[in-house]
Amino acid sequence: MKELMLGNKAVARGLYEAGCCIISSYPGTPSTEITEEAAKYSEIYCEWAPNEKVALEVAHGASLGGKRSACAMKHVGLNVAADPLFTISYQGVSAGLVICVADDPGMHSSQNEQDSRHYAIAAKVPMLEPSDSAEAREYAMRAYEISEAYHTPVFLKMCTRIAHSQSVVEPGPRIERPVIPYQKDPTRVMMTKNSMDAHIRVEQRTRDLVTYAEESGINRMEMGKDTSLGIITSSTSYQYAREVYGEDACILKLGMAFPLPEKMIRDFAAQVDRVLVVEELDPIIEDHCRKLGLPVSGKDVLPQVGEFSQGLLARAMGRKLPDSVQLSDVIPPRPPVMCAGCPHRGIFYTLAKNKCMVYGDIGCYTLGTMPPLSAMDLNVCMGASCSGLHGFNKARGSESEQHSVAVIGDSTFAHSGITGITDIAYNQSNSTVIILDNSITGMTGHQQNPTTGLNLRGEPAGRIDLEALCRAVGFERVRVVDPYDLKECDRVLKEELSAPAPSIIISRRPCVMLKGVPHHAPLQADPQKCVGCKSCMRIGCPAIRLKNGKASIDETLCIGCGVCTSMCAFDALHA
Amino acid sequence: MKTVNLMIVGVGGQGSLLASKLLGHLLLSRGYDVKVSEVHGMSQRGGSVVTFVRFGDRVYSPVVDRGEADFIVSFEKLEAARWLSHLKKGGRVVVNTQEIEPMPVITGLAQYPQDLVEKMRAQGAQVDALDCLSLAEQAGSAKAVNIVLMGRLSRYFPDIPEQAWQEAITACVPEKYLELNRRAFALGRGE
Repeated sequence: MKELMLGNKAVARGLYEAGCCIISSYPGTPSTEITEEAAKYSEIYCEWAPNEKVALEVAHGASLGGKRSACAMKHVGLNVAADPLFTISYQGVSAGLVICVADDPGMHSSQNEQDSRHYAIAAKVPMLEPSDSAEAREYAMRAYEISEAYHTPVFLKMCTRIAHSQSVVEPGPRIERPVIPYQKDPTRVMMTKNSMDAHIRVEQRTRDLVTYAEESGINRMEMGKDTSLGIITSSTSYQYAREVYGEDACILKLGMAFPLPEKMIRDFAAQVDRVLVVEELDPIIEDHCRKLGLPVSGKDVLPQVGEFSQGLLARAMGRKLPDSVQLSDVIPPRPPVMCAGCPHRGIFYTLAKNKCMVYGDIGCYTLGTMPPLSAMDLNVCMGASCSGLHGFNKARGSESEQHSVAVIGDSTFAHSGITGITDIAYNQSNSTVIILDNSITGMTGHQQNPTTGLNLRGEPAGRIDLEALCRAVGFERVRVVDPYDLKECDRVLKEELSAPAPSIIISRRPCVMLKGVPHHAPLQADPQKCVGCKSCMRIGCPAIRLKNGKASIDETLCIGCGVCTSMCAFDALHA
Repeated sequence: MKTVNLMIVGVGGQGSLLASKLLGHLLLSRGYDVKVSEVHGMSQRGGSVVTFVRFGDRVYSPVVDRGEADFIVSFEKLEAARWLSHLKKGGRVVVNTQEIEPMPVITGLAQYPQDLVEKMRAQGAQVDALDCLSLAEQAGSAKAVNIVLMGRLSRYFPDIPEQAWQEAITACVPEKYLELNRRAFALGRGE
C-alpha cells in the first residue's frame, strides 16, 4: 500500500527490505531518523555508537561477520569516520555494507556545508544519490546489490531536502539472507603487498563501476521534445529542474554520484544544443564534463553556496518569476532560543557574568551564543572545545587560564571530548572544562548516549561515570554543580579558574524536555514589587517579557525552574 | 490539475507537525501525488518554522518558493507576515491572531509590528484571521490550535468532503484526544 514517507524513513525501509541486520550510527541532523526508524524493525539490531568512526567500524565488522549492515551519519560525521573509510574501501566487504551520509546544503543545522561527494571520489567508494523517498528506498536496496557484487562499501547520499521531505513510497516485503560464513584470509591484513594488491583491485573496481554507471539504468536519459537545452542533474536538483522546465525538457538524471558515466554523458550532450549542469554545492559533475572536453554551463550561472530551489534556478536562467508581495514593515527575526527552564542557561549566565572566553562545542548549547547571554566565543567541531582550549592556554599562559573555559555536552564529550581532556591532563595546561551533562543528546531530538545508562531502545545499558573517567585520565579537580543554583555556579567557577591545576566542572541537570523531568507550576510576577529594572531578562528566558514596563511571565512556557528568582533584588518573582 | 502549494508556518513547538501529517494523510487518501517538506533540528527551539505541502497530479519540487503559495496557514501573526512574500498574488492566508514575541522583541532590540492583518490585506492577500487559541481552549486544550486551523482551512477545499477530513483526524490523532480534536475542528470550520 502506498504511504507518504519521510526520506530517512524510506532509507530505513529499504535497508529493512534488503535484509539489513545491523546498524550502528551516531545521531546528526539530517540523518538521525534513518537509525531511529530502522530501530522500529525488530529484525535489525540498532545502536548509537559513541561516534561515527566507531559506528563505521562496527558496521564493517558486522559485514565481515557475514550480515548486511549499515551506518548513518551527517556530512561532518563522515570526517570523523574518514579514517576507517579509506581502508575499508581497500579491505572490501563480506556481506553488504551501506554508509548513509546526509549533507546539509544551506546549513539548516550544521557548522559547514561540505560536499560529501568528494569523499566518494577520494576513497573510491561508489555513491548513490536518490531524488525522493521512493528512490531512497530503492537505492538503499540497490546499494546492497552493488556492495556485494563489487566487494565495496557503498554510500547512500542524502541531503536535507530529501531526508526531511515526505513523498509517496510503495513498500515491499523483507527478504532474509543467509549469514555468510567467515573464513580467515591473510590478504585482509592491510600491510605492504596486501595493501598494494588491494589498491590495484580498487582501481579496477572503479573501472568496472563506470561500466555499471553506463549500463545498469541507475542513470537515465529522459529525452523530451525540446532539445535546445540538456540538463545534467541529480538529487533534489532534479526535482527543481523538472519543476522549472517541465515534461518537454531533456534531462540526464544521475542516480550515481560516483563513479560518473562517460559515454552516456557524451551521448546526451550530442543530442542537445547546449548542456547545463544543475548541482548543489561543488561543481563535481561539471568538472567531470569539462574533463570529457564538453563545454558545459553550471557554476557560471548557479551558486556554489547554499540550497537551490525552483525559484533560484528560474531566476539564474533568466526566466519569469511569479509576482510576490511584501510588507514594508521590518519583520523582527525569530532565532531559535534555549527553552524555558533549560539547564544550560544558568551556566551561560555565570560565564557571561564572569566575562569568560568560552570555547564552545556542538549541541543545543551553541544557542548560548545568542543575545542576551552572548556567552560563546567560538566553536569548530565535535570535541574541539577541550583540545582547542588547551592550545589557546598554551599560547597565552596563566593570563587566559584564569579567564577561559571549554563547554561541551555529555554526548559530545563521549563522542570526542575524552581525547581532548586527556591531552589537557597529560600535557598539563590549567584549563577548565565544563561538561554540560543534561543526560541526553539534545539537539538531534533526544537520543541516548554512553553517559545516560540507556541504549537506543531505552533499555538499561552500560554507563560512563563521568567523574570517575575524568579522574582516571588525570584530573584531580572534578566538581559537580547544579546549574539552577547560580550562586554555587559562580563560586565553583571562580575557584576552578583560579586553581593552579586543570579542572572539570560537571553541570548536571536533565534536559527539561525529557519525559519524566518534573515541571513546576509557572512563576508569578508581582507588578507591585517589580520596578522594571529588567535584571531578570539578562538570563534570556523566553518565558519572561516586559508588559507596560514590568516583568511578566508567559505561563504557557514557564516550567517554574526558578533561576530568574535569584536575579530579582525586589522579590517580585515567585512560585 | 495544477499543483496546489500550501505552507504551514509558526513557532517551533506549536504543533505544526501534526497539521502537516494530517494534510499529508488526507491528500494521499484523495489520490493526489503529495510532497511534504520540513526542516528539523535547530529550528525546533522556539525559532521560526515552515512546512511546505504540495499536491496535484505529479509533484516535483518539495519546496514552495516566492510568489507560489496558494495558501499560507499561520500559527502566529508575525510568522504569516514573515512568509507573505511566498504568497501567490491573491492567495489566501489563514492566520491565528495570537502574538508570540520573538527574543529580539522581548529584549527590546526590535518592535512587534502593529496591524499586520490589515497590512497584509492592503497588499492584496485574502486574509482569514481568527483567534484559534481561544477556540482551542474552548475545545478543551490550548494545544489544539493546529486542528482549529485545519478546520478553518477545510472551508477552502470545496472538493474535499468533511468526512475525509474527519477520517484523516481519526488516523493521525491518538484515540483519547479524538473528541477534543473533533470539537476543535468543528469550531475552526465554524459550521
